[in-house]
Amino acid sequence: MTDTTELPQLTKKDFASDQEVRWCPGCGDYAILANIQGVMPTLGFPKERIVFVSGIGCAARFPYYMDTYGFHSIHGRAPAIATGISSSRPDLKVFVVTGDGDALSIGGNHLIHALRRNVNMTIIMFNNQIYGLTKGQYSPTSELGKITKSSPSGSLDHPFNPVSLALGAEASFVARSVDNERAHLAEIIERAAAHQGTSFVEVYQNCNIFNDGAFDAVRGNKANQIRLEHGQPIRFGADHEYGVALASTGQLEIVEVADVGEGALLAHDAHGDDPGLAFLLSRLSHTPHGPTPIGVFREVARPVYGAELQGQIDDAITRKGPGKLEDLIAGPDTWDVS
Amino acid sequence: MSNQVERVRTVTIRFAGDSGDGMQLTGTRFTSATAAMGNDLATLPDFPAEIRAPAGSLPGVSGFQLHFADHDILTPGDAPDVLVSMNPAALKVNLGDLEPGATVILNEDAFTPQNLKKARYEADPREDGTLEPFQVVEVPITTMTVGALEKYEDLGKKEKQRAKNMFALGLMSWMYSRPTEPTTEWLADKFSAQPSVAAANIAAFDAGWAFGETTELFGHQYEVAPADLPPGRYRQITGNQAISCGLVAAADRSGLRLFLGGYPITPASDVLHELARYKQFGVQTFQAEDEIAGVGASLGASFAGNLAATVTSGPGIALKAETIGLGVSVELPLLVLNIQRGGPSTGLPTKTEQSDLLQALFGRNGESPVPVIAAATPGDCFHTAIEAARMALTYRTPVLVLSDGYLANGAEPWRIPEMDELPDLRDCVSFATETNHNGEYWPFLRDEGSLARPWAIPGTPGLEHRIGGLEKADGTGNISYDPDNHQHMTEVRQGKVDRIAEDIPPLAVDDPDGDTRLLMLGWGSTYGPIAAAVRQARDEGHAVAQAHLRHLNPFPANLGEILARYDRVLLPEMNTGQLRMLLRARYLMDVRGYNRVSGLPFTTQELVREITNQLAHV
Repeated sequence: MTDTTELPQLTKKDFASDQEVRWCPGCGDYAILANIQGVMPTLGFPKERIVFVSGIGCAARFPYYMDTYGFHSIHGRAPAIATGISSSRPDLKVFVVTGDGDALSIGGNHLIHALRRNVNMTIIMFNNQIYGLTKGQYSPTSELGKITKSSPSGSLDHPFNPVSLALGAEASFVARSVDNERAHLAEIIERAAAHQGTSFVEVYQNCNIFNDGAFDAVRGNKANQIRLEHGQPIRFGADHEYGVALASTGQLEIVEVADVGEGALLAHDAHGDDPGLAFLLSRLSHTPHGPTPIGVFREVARPVYGAELQGQIDDAITRKGPGKLEDLIAGPDTWDVS
Repeated sequence: MSNQVERVRTVTIRFAGDSGDGMQLTGTRFTSATAAMGNDLATLPDFPAEIRAPAGSLPGVSGFQLHFADHDILTPGDAPDVLVSMNPAALKVNLGDLEPGATVILNEDAFTPQNLKKARYEADPREDGTLEPFQVVEVPITTMTVGALEKYEDLGKKEKQRAKNMFALGLMSWMYSRPTEPTTEWLADKFSAQPSVAAANIAAFDAGWAFGETTELFGHQYEVAPADLPPGRYRQITGNQAISCGLVAAADRSGLRLFLGGYPITPASDVLHELARYKQFGVQTFQAEDEIAGVGASLGASFAGNLAATVTSGPGIALKAETIGLGVSVELPLLVLNIQRGGPSTGLPTKTEQSDLLQALFGRNGESPVPVIAAATPGDCFHTAIEAARMALTYRTPVLVLSDGYLANGAEPWRIPEMDELPDLRDCVSFATETNHNGEYWPFLRDEGSLARPWAIPGTPGLEHRIGGLEKADGTGNISYDPDNHQHMTEVRQGKVDRIAEDIPPLAVDDPDGDTRLLMLGWGSTYGPIAAAVRQARDEGHAVAQAHLRHLNPFPANLGEILARYDRVLLPEMNTGQLRMLLRARYLMDVRGYNRVSGLPFTTQELVREITNQLAHV
């Protein structure tokens, strides 16, 4: 699909457009932009085949800052628009950049259907648990009771856990990272981009204006980051003194390794057919206020929508021969009038 | 036995029964046999939105009307000459449309006390004088069908009864001297996987034919000679088939691949169904999660370099409005097919209406002009789709294409165009391959003639660029909040659509007398009824001119001048006067309306009456 032999050596700078970046100073988006621009040259795609699609919101300005093809579209609809691009052009590498409001509120329907179809695209969702561009209303990931301009008495909405949602929507690749974890985020983006099908990446992103510090329990606290690695026992803590084990109740529990021994810990399996384990891991922290898993929750191979769509066309052409327009217009029954 | 054959020039038959009785199938089969006979024809399927309302009930009645003749005809006929009624409910729903003297063929087996009650008949209409003005023929259709299928032991009674529509079809085929072979072959093919079902249906069809030939209930057979149509190769086509073929043809002629994003909605779904079968033409169809995603995926496919279309109806077009607006803003080609139905809201899903015209023109936020074009007949849907593609590709704009339920499901004989009659659309597509401004690529640096912006598709090295729904500076396409630029861009988007008026044919007027004072003007699917009414009025000695608009935005350049030529302009519309309002505002002319929203096309007679009314005032 991608011919990498003739690629000119590009650098991060080649992926920065000439547009002035207009996010608030101190916004987590800057780190993510720099990270993604840095990852681009390593992906093996010529830059003319890369397309960034977005909806509406702070995150959605992202395509303007990338010197690739880009489409800043409609609130919530980026996965739908990207589906048309990706499924009609399997030669392209399509990214969707979205936020928690764009992806999970107004665009929730498109997100889940893109995930279940497994359209070839990488969806990177900047989660800041707030509506930023409209100046600070609670979002579908804001915690219950959140006080905002539109919820002065506290939000009544139970929040989504984006990773749980993506797993429930049959996603074939689900991961989470953090805006300022440079190496971790870069690795996750690279793996998501290499995945065939829809890859979904939740990025904890600090909005220093309207929701500063929402992720401090994880973002500035490496001890609380449960870094998932396929095949490895799940351990975390400043000295890896904690672990995750499967309790007899069928739930996961956090244990001290010294108490149970490493052999009792759960080994992460991102490649299993059943998303059950990944789902249990996603429930370890419903909101990021304690030990929270980051990394790749799930990564499985499934038929890819665009390739299958084009495959049906190729198959029809093989079986019936290329369609002749005259025959189509005439239909099966004709008669002559002279 | 009667073997007298009476030659008639024109016949209108209506098949009516329960939604589960297979009336649409019976009607379409009779239509195919009639088309093969070389008659001109027009059909009007009329069915409820419910798949199967309770059997025998009034809401469950489904009808199919066919008008055929030995000369060219324009409508599915006003009043049926023959009503085939499979049950009391079908009789009750349809009887009011008959003129005295019409023939009514009843399935007498269905006239049970229970069915009469379901049809809310207090007395049996066969006995209380209700049917006195008509020629009534009672046939025990169910009994005779089951009797004819006695030897098919593997079929249950219900399955045998289900073949009664084929008995009715056989009887009518005898009555109007239709050939039997096409129907027999078609049944064998349709049920090739279930040979006994095929054989039983053929046996029921043959039994109906044989009954006609042996019974003395009917005075004689009828014959309708082939019509004298313009020479050529013909097929039968519905509007939805024609619009689908038109899209494939437009893709072929432009050298692009077709991408259709859609969501099931009546009466537009058949376009999705048709195109899903055309994979060997490279057609990509995408059944989306909703109407918004259907048009969204299409706009994405357009950005990626496809000929992109979406198809919908009723509330679906409301849902697509935001994305059409984005298409206007980013200036990408996009075909939006609206198969109009009765509204507002869910409205009348299976009935026809022309009430989305103003929404097509103005139904988006902001100043958001799009070309709008409407098809006049089922076959015209083909050419309309191609013309819409030409405009969309040439001017890089969404184009709204208006059809409606009547055109979508109605069928007519259609002269198949030769390939060299189709326009070559390759010149409308020129993907940008080079930078266009001092070594840079400016996505909004326009062609001076068409005002179209260049179309550089992903995969083109060196032309990486960003587009979006924020206002952009003309030329560079960079985000711009500059006041003068927004004024300029608003004018450019409008001007781009306006100048299409110079690129479409002038409006033609059919005015054989030359000193006519009344112009009958129409748009869309009213073409048939209006033309039929004009023809009849002229036969009655009245002078009437006729013109029909295909382009509704922009209007043909000569429209104002034509309107000014006539003392009166009468504009029938299946809405409350939407085009009339536009014409009055634009040309300051006192255009008169004739407006009805019954869910059904106009009858010829009501329009003739209105022409006479109007002529009395000029």
